[in-house]
Amino acid sequence: MKARVHVMLKDGVLDPQGEAVRAALGHMGFSGVEAVRQGKVIELDLAATDTAAAEAEVKAMCEKLLANTVIEKYTVEIA
Amino acid sequence: MKAAVITFPGSNCDRDLFDAFAKAGDEVVKVWHKETELPAGIDVIGIPGGFSFGDYLRCGAIASRSPIGQAVVDFAQRGGYVLGVCNGFQVLTEMGLLPGALMRNAGLKFISKPVALTVTTTDSAFTSGYDKGQEILIPIAHAEGNYQIDAEGLKQLQGEDRVAFRYVENPNGATDDIAGVLSANRRVLGMMPHPERVVEPAQGGTDGAALFRALSSVMAAA
Repeated sequence: MKARVHVMLKDGVLDPQGEAVRAALGHMGFSGVEAVRQGKVIELDLAATDTAAAEAEVKAMCEKLLANTVIEKYTVEIA
Repeated sequence: MKAAVITFPGSNCDRDLFDAFAKAGDEVVKVWHKETELPAGIDVIGIPGGFSFGDYLRCGAIASRSPIGQAVVDFAQRGGYVLGVCNGFQVLTEMGLLPGALMRNAGLKFISKPVALTVTTTDSAFTSGYDKGQEILIPIAHAEGNYQIDAEGLKQLQGEDRVAFRYVENPNGATDDIAGVLSANRRVLGMMPHPERVVEPAQGGTDGAALFRALSSVMAAA
């Protein structure tokens, strides 16, 4: 079973890297990019076979390590 | 006083921190990150600067969950003293021992230069050797030193006099110019500037020495 975790900065937390990417896109002639937010995708291969249990486990991983919930939010997809 | 300096893979200020404690007259031991227990009789733990675990995932994130990490958290929760400098500050926020988070500098660049700080509070074992409002010159060297905390957390820090140092000129976008913060029991200090890099004239400055001396004398008195 595979899990995919998306980690993004929470709304309202300034993202200097996303802002730099937005500015670069503007310099390159891509007009109309009003905002860029940069995050991460983490893919996990799991031995688990039960979807609900796997999701709960991955959420625990997010809370304890994969995301810093002071500044980041996350979503978990199980496939 | 007996100090322990933790070394993670990628720590690069551990020798300097060791020397700064030793120069203040402390007995110092080095502790490798794979240890699960601290040596007996430790009074203070130093978490050094550097790039622990290559800054993978987030700065300080992996180090904070390393085997010695839990021992550091337990030590702090028992009322032990902990000093985290630069990457060490990032580790302490990741451990949840200090509030807030260190984010990418607002200007995106790594900044390495001496900066002027104001000593905001003298009410801690770390800062009692300075005068309140005193300006000191301590080097910074970081790309992720932009201290961020929500409005409520900031209010609490300010209300409890837990901002230890502020930048005179904010180099990295940190909220409220914050360069260092104390825990609620005032025994855990995290700061981005490097006091261990200015403890003797040969290093180009001595403004960091008072921090280690004060810590040592408070311990000796206790």
